[in-house]
Amino acid sequence: MLDYVQVERLEIEETGEYDLEGLFIRLGYAIDSIGAKRVVLDTIEVLFSGLSNAGILRAELRRLFRWLKDRGVTTVITGERGLGESLTRHGLEEYVSDCVILLEHRTEDHISTRHLRVVKYRGSSHGTNEYPFLIDVDGFSVLPITSTALNYPVSEERLSSGVASLDEMLEEKGYYRGSSILVSGEAGTGKSSLSASFAQAACLRGERCLYLSFEEATSQLIRDMRSIGVDLQPMVEQNLLRFHPSRPTMYGLEMHLAIIHKLVLEFQPQVVVIDPISTFLSNVNSLEVHSMLTRLIDLLKTRQITTFFTNSISPGSYMEQSTVNISSIIDTWLLLRNVEVDGERNRLIYILKARGIANSNQIREFLLTSNGIELKEVQIGQSGVLTGSARLMQEARERSAEQERQQAQEQEQQDLERKRKLMENNIATLRTEFEAEVSETRAKLVQAQSREKQRADEQSRMKLSRKAVDSETKPLE
Amino acid sequence: MDTPNVEFWVLKLYVAGQTPKSLKAFANLEKICEEHLAGQYHIEAIDLMEKPQLARDDQILAIPTLVRQLPSPIRKIIGDLSNTERVLIGLNLVPVKPQTH
Repeated sequence: MLDYVQVERLEIEETGEYDLEGLFIRLGYAIDSIGAKRVVLDTIEVLFSGLSNAGILRAELRRLFRWLKDRGVTTVITGERGLGESLTRHGLEEYVSDCVILLEHRTEDHISTRHLRVVKYRGSSHGTNEYPFLIDVDGFSVLPITSTALNYPVSEERLSSGVASLDEMLEEKGYYRGSSILVSGEAGTGKSSLSASFAQAACLRGERCLYLSFEEATSQLIRDMRSIGVDLQPMVEQNLLRFHPSRPTMYGLEMHLAIIHKLVLEFQPQVVVIDPISTFLSNVNSLEVHSMLTRLIDLLKTRQITTFFTNSISPGSYMEQSTVNISSIIDTWLLLRNVEVDGERNRLIYILKARGIANSNQIREFLLTSNGIELKEVQIGQSGVLTGSARLMQEARERSAEQERQQAQEQEQQDLERKRKLMENNIATLRTEFEAEVSETRAKLVQAQSREKQRADEQSRMKLSRKAVDSETKPLE
Repeated sequence: MDTPNVEFWVLKLYVAGQTPKSLKAFANLEKICEEHLAGQYHIEAIDLMEKPQLARDDQILAIPTLVRQLPSPIRKIIGDLSNTERVLIGLNLVPVKPQTH
């Protein structure tokens, strides 16, 4: 039952003592007629503005609330916030003693956010902090900070980043499932390309990806990604990839958070991309941003959803003041930078942080090719890291130096070979000579032996012949 | 001879039971009417205890409430009507007789 109580100041002239029995009668009648268990009085301020005798009013309100309680109905009363320290304008909280909820609507930097705080709740423990809330088409939603115990389920599973050479830098496996990844980069460095590659990789695994785009329209993004060989259209058609573009300035932080929450519940993605998160980081009170992002990541990590953020940074820096808000809740942090050398502009990618992953601390050159993203090892020249054509030149130089070295080596080997042959020749010759000597010597030896034999023979013959002669000459005597 | 401000007044006094306040209000009202309306009036007493739905229909919060039904526009006064001056102002009644005697 909805009842409008009209209280118009102009009509009323307070002419003496009175009470609010009329209100009691009216309420009692209304409650009884439908057997109401709950009553809403919205707002009590009207009575205060309509009736000038505050003393009577207060006394009657006290009576009213007791009366409502005695009737066993739950009553919600609304009243206006007081100025300064007081909770209500007219000290209402004194009478309403069971539970007091304070609502506030603050506007900062043109964005308004509503906050809620449970000031008192008799007979029950309650969170005492201020929680932002929002009111949308589905009603009232409050998203308090959950998981303050930091105890979400953790996965060992690894997901490809969509870029093979990047996976290599991450223990050849890629990101952890359920982790939060941030790519910071100067404008035009290819952050969206990395997001798109990651989204594509997820969809190719049959997983759902929710892509929240805060800068580019969906059609533009899809078109742009085709130029690096990433076609997202089929994934959209298969309902594996859902885009949700919007302008960050359209709503306050809380609204964004609530919308994301709703989308996540509806679509149940395994991967969420937020490209970029920059406007949130820079526009609002940094404590609120940090709180909001913490809660967002809590929301997602509790569901083991892997989150991929991109962030724009200004040239030359790697850590903006605003990034401080987010860096501590990020597990893996990549940085893309432009370098200008010899009139050429190239990109470098650094891994600033990768929790739980032994990551390469090297810098790679980041290339957007028509076959996707490629990472190339950098060359270190005299003046430091080289990229682009300087790198190519250096590579060429090194190649030719390598060739020379090889040739020199070959040369030496050939020389050695020749020497060996020479030596072997020498040896052969020596051998031959030696053999010749040997045979000569042998021959000589044989000759000598045969001559010796001859002589010996001769001698013995001579002896014999002399003996014969001697025997012949003997009778003479 | 009809003076321009002599009209017929219809006054409704809303009360909640026969409380001292209600009785006092009623008495005060009668006195004022006698003095200033010279018989050109009709007072109706409405007890909300008996007819609670009228609290809503006629938008009555405070007790007692006096409603000037006629002449229009409708005027509402709350209180026991002990402050005559305020009653007169509230009813937009110009005093018929001068106050000094």
